[in-house]
Amino acid sequence: MNVIVCVKQIPDPATPGALNADNTLKREGKLILDESDGYGVEMALQLVDGAGGGEVSLVSMAPNGEVSGMRTALAMGAAKGTLISDPALQGTDALTTAKVLAAAIQKMGGADLIIAATESSDGYTGTVPEQLAEALGLPSVTFAKRVTVDGQSLKVDRQTESGYDEVTCPLPAVISVTAGVVEPRYPSFKGIMAAKSKPIDTVTASDLGVTPVGWAGAGQTIVNVAQAEARAAGEIIEDDGEGYAKIVAFLENLKVI
Amino acid sequence: MNIWVFAQAADGTPTSATLELLTKARGVTGGGALTAFVGGDATALAGSLGEFGATKVYATGDLGGKLPGVAVAAAMKAVIDGGDSPDLIMFPQSYEGRDVMSRLSVQLDRTVLTNNVDLKVDGDALSVTTPIFGGNTLVTTAFSGSGPFLAAFRPKSFVAESASGAAASVVAAPVPELGATGTARVTAVHTEETHGPKLDEAAIVVSGGRGLGEATKYEMIESLAKLLKGAPGASRAIVDAGWVPYSYQVGQTGKVVKPGVYIACGISGATQHMVGMKGAKNIIAINKDKEAPIFGIADLGIVGDVHKVLPQLIEALQSRG
Repeated sequence: MNVIVCVKQIPDPATPGALNADNTLKREGKLILDESDGYGVEMALQLVDGAGGGEVSLVSMAPNGEVSGMRTALAMGAAKGTLISDPALQGTDALTTAKVLAAAIQKMGGADLIIAATESSDGYTGTVPEQLAEALGLPSVTFAKRVTVDGQSLKVDRQTESGYDEVTCPLPAVISVTAGVVEPRYPSFKGIMAAKSKPIDTVTASDLGVTPVGWAGAGQTIVNVAQAEARAAGEIIEDDGEGYAKIVAFLENLKVI
Repeated sequence: MNIWVFAQAADGTPTSATLELLTKARGVTGGGALTAFVGGDATALAGSLGEFGATKVYATGDLGGKLPGVAVAAAMKAVIDGGDSPDLIMFPQSYEGRDVMSRLSVQLDRTVLTNNVDLKVDGDALSVTTPIFGGNTLVTTAFSGSGPFLAAFRPKSFVAESASGAAASVVAAPVPELGATGTARVTAVHTEETHGPKLDEAAIVVSGGRGLGEATKYEMIESLAKLLKGAPGASRAIVDAGWVPYSYQVGQTGKVVKPGVYIACGISGATQHMVGMKGAKNIIAINKDKEAPIFGIADLGIVGDVHKVLPQLIEALQSRG
């Protein structure tokens, strides 16, 4: 069973985000593997292992040729990757991202299963997995919280607003997995060393024949960026054993108790 | 301007997010038509969808276990190809809303704008507002090119108000043949039991985070929520860790709550969480790290150990009877 995992390399969420002059997110310097994608990589490794053969490949899109996030996923155990990197990709919207990823996946020869996170931690548009499925003409199951493969078919527990649905879906297919679906492994030292020599094929959007990309292909223009109204600062106190009484008094004042 | 709203229902009535979108939409149609689009049977919904301003309801009829994303998108595309094309389709920021708009965006070759909290119409120009960086910054984005424009809105972005409209007329919009994309099937539906008020409707929400230390300590959150007749919630961290079900999650990928009082216990205040609760009228935070971002938005912040403060608070409330 061959699985392709869509991974996004993002600026470290622990550092404050900033915008470029054209209002795109600053993505300079080192990018890390989006934490949300660790779950998809782990799920792919487990499914391939369970199937007794095949490999896990990665596909990623980044404007600046960055691969450090991909190396993390390779160190976890993925075999190889394709990076679509092209300065023209700056400002690309979710729809064009899905078209670019679909073209790259076709160039990679497709797969039995394509896995993505439900949304990225930086842009969080949350539509790429389903758009990708449509661009590839495949069925899809989004918000998968449990996945098993039974021959040529998937069984998925799909998260819903009120619980979950059991869904069956023939392969090939696209799924998006929720965080917590599996416990992502930490790369071993051996894995980290091996990842350095694993192949990453770098292509441009025009190599894939997807044009226009970037702002030119986006059906949107940012017209304004403003600061939200800040909340007035509250009272912050150190607990001296009477902190709970402050809360009781606060709730009494609001007449909720 | 002609607007469609992707209308969702739970327990036979339209969801509050659906009614919020209808309310907003009817204020900006400027004499155009407001239509609801239902994935399923709409007989029982036509009254309330009409009451909130829809004059027509397209309904696919029973989906027969097909996932709504691909099925409803195809039904919408068929209506559009048939000549009734809206200028804007509004979707609730929900699982199904996201899936339908994603499929449709590829079929129509139109961009999507998600996570919006506002909509502005100026003549033919349409723009939406999205909070980024944990809600500190608001980005306004205009659609370019031609419609139909596709936009998803967070719950509680607008206030639902009845228009006292008459029942909407229901028009069949059957799902066309889907081919390979429509082969997934729902085989069983599971509903998680909940007690007390619903998380996104409760007047008081008490949420726990990683600062609780271990899963069993979540009982303190449930006790406190029960004492205050509120709902228990959770940060993504402890949902991911499997301490509580996903339905408890407050945040960007969980529920958006706007209670009168929000009590954050052992929650540091990651962007992902704050987006879901900073609309609360009053915020109380208990955290042992005084640098935790949650204190930046708290009306009352207690820098202390939840394992000490919560039992004392619970006891004090219990003794009041």
